[in-house]
Amino acid sequence: MAAMSDPMVPVIYRVEKFQKETGDTFTMELSPAEKKSVFRFKPGQFNMLYVYGVGEVPISISGDPTHPNGITHTTRAVGSVTDAMNKLKPGMAIGVRGPFGVPWPVEEAYGDDVIFVAGGIGLAPLRPALYQVLSQREKFGKVILLYGTRTPEDILYKKELENWRKRFDLEVFVTVDRATGDWRGNVGVVTRMIPRSPFDPHNATAFVCGPEAMMRFTALALMDRGMPMENICLSMERNMKCGIGLCGHCQMGVPFICKDGPVFRLPRVRHILEER
Amino acid sequence: MASQPNVSLKSVSKEKAPVIIDRANFDALLQALKKRGYQLVGPTIHNNAIVYDTLESAADLPVGYTDRQEKGAYRLEKRSDKACFGYVMGPQSWKKYLFPNRLKLWEAQRNNGSFSITPTEPQTPRYAFIGVRPCELTAIDVLDRVLLQGSYVDPHYQARRKGIFILAVNCTEPGSTCFCASMDTGPQASKGFDLALTEVLEKKRHYFLAESGSKLGEEILREIPCQPAAEAEIDSAAKALEKAARSMGRTLDTAGIKELIADNFDNPFWDRVAKRCLSCANCTMVCPTCFCTTVEDTTELAGDKAARVRRWDSCFTLEFTYIHGGSVRQTVMSRYRQWMSHKLGRWYDQFGISGCVGCGRCITWCPVGIDITEEARALRESKKRSELK
Repeated sequence: MAAMSDPMVPVIYRVEKFQKETGDTFTMELSPAEKKSVFRFKPGQFNMLYVYGVGEVPISISGDPTHPNGITHTTRAVGSVTDAMNKLKPGMAIGVRGPFGVPWPVEEAYGDDVIFVAGGIGLAPLRPALYQVLSQREKFGKVILLYGTRTPEDILYKKELENWRKRFDLEVFVTVDRATGDWRGNVGVVTRMIPRSPFDPHNATAFVCGPEAMMRFTALALMDRGMPMENICLSMERNMKCGIGLCGHCQMGVPFICKDGPVFRLPRVRHILEER
Repeated sequence: MASQPNVSLKSVSKEKAPVIIDRANFDALLQALKKRGYQLVGPTIHNNAIVYDTLESAADLPVGYTDRQEKGAYRLEKRSDKACFGYVMGPQSWKKYLFPNRLKLWEAQRNNGSFSITPTEPQTPRYAFIGVRPCELTAIDVLDRVLLQGSYVDPHYQARRKGIFILAVNCTEPGSTCFCASMDTGPQASKGFDLALTEVLEKKRHYFLAESGSKLGEEILREIPCQPAAEAEIDSAAKALEKAARSMGRTLDTAGIKELIADNFDNPFWDRVAKRCLSCANCTMVCPTCFCTTVEDTTELAGDKAARVRRWDSCFTLEFTYIHGGSVRQTVMSRYRQWMSHKLGRWYDQFGISGCVGCGRCITWCPVGIDITEEARALRESKKRSELK
């Protein structure tokens, strides 16, 4: 049927679970309204989510790709569509188009140390890649997660981070910009943890996601450690209306972020990182 | 002045056996298309401009009119003869039929806490495009590459494209803002048409040299009064086209232009042109290859019905690059640079062809008269100057 194959037409899903994460972030689990469709995705891909009557935005998928029953999205309420999304309740309908975009090259990092560097909500698009790495843990060297947020109250996936920290095959470092309450952990930007991170820069792949300035400085810090640019992968963000390379909005130099990205190896986007 | 571009004019193929259609029989051609169920759309006069609209017969053509175009100026004028296609081109391109400026993508109906979506069925209207200029043929090829040949296809464009009959008309009188010879897109059509005509006005004769580019074109020619072209008639059409190629109003040197733009991203040149640019988006609205769109999500007052409409958008607007926290391209400089770098440079890497076909519309319809050929030259010059330092 034409309706099913047109990538511009949303498919109806239902909110299965809705969970507040932090003050302005929330996680939704979605399942197809009609049971027959199975949703498969790769870590780093995104969906276009439509809230009835409000609008549509690109949101990266943050669930587990090795258990593709339903879709998980963690979102920050920052605009009219995400604010409306923040008011959805279990059982309500939402439109989904996707998955779109180029995934994190997880398989290409086999044999390497893997370093995840996340800034704020940037942890959400990285989580599926971390799940995949952990599900094939024996295929990688050291696995490190560096995660920076604004304050301790903004830490996403707190329970999960605690569980990850208990593992002996994963090193988790968390830092905050401003210490509040009884925080006794690291304070400072996430890039400051890179010089002392225990990975072999000549045999490692980095997956980086966060605000553009944070990614720029992360890339510089990784290169200072001697990591080749090709091994640094970033997930970029731009305005998107279609998600399939036709609307023109997300162009950043030659690449279309939606179809050539959002995940890029640094050499492809290095010259345009600061382009305006 | 920049040197004349290298013009490689394709001679009218003799194997395809061009035929002569006398002016008196031209309407028979249009009526033959109508008889086959085509809706004729082509040049006609509205509000003192040539626009593409529905035609009933050859009488609706802008017979005896021409257009004088300059930077930021457009005037219709009477000609001394009765040429049917004696104008250059109007503000609109064929894009408006293939890729409508507003298109409802789907409607949604809310019911019991959920909603259902009904997509708009792609339409295949049977348009016969009458009088497509060679540069505009290339523009259609450019849109084909963007909307049909990537990893995703626009089903609406695909459906509309299928139903089109293209009657091209070669340019024997290029306008002063034309530079198709520089972009290698004209003044003669070489492919992508069903029929291509060259209009010839002699002292006592007015006729069209017609060449078919498809089976359908051949069939149509068989249905109307026409006769095989004589050597002299072929020659006089070829001469007119050669002369046209030499009399382009403007030139644009495309040698190494992709690299020129890539290497000069921080050139102060961009600030100079941005001081004049109003960021009004006119150039993108008249451009036959600009394909950017946005979507509008609307609801009816009661809230039970919603719809999504796709409409043309422009990289000159501030909201074009909006992400939370603000727009990426905040300055007019960055938006002009995006437009020109994309058209003349990055388009090659994205779609294997230039995004500019040399039609000159953006020059004519710029309210402050910014001229892309002048700006490309200025960029080249400023680069030369900086190399001297």
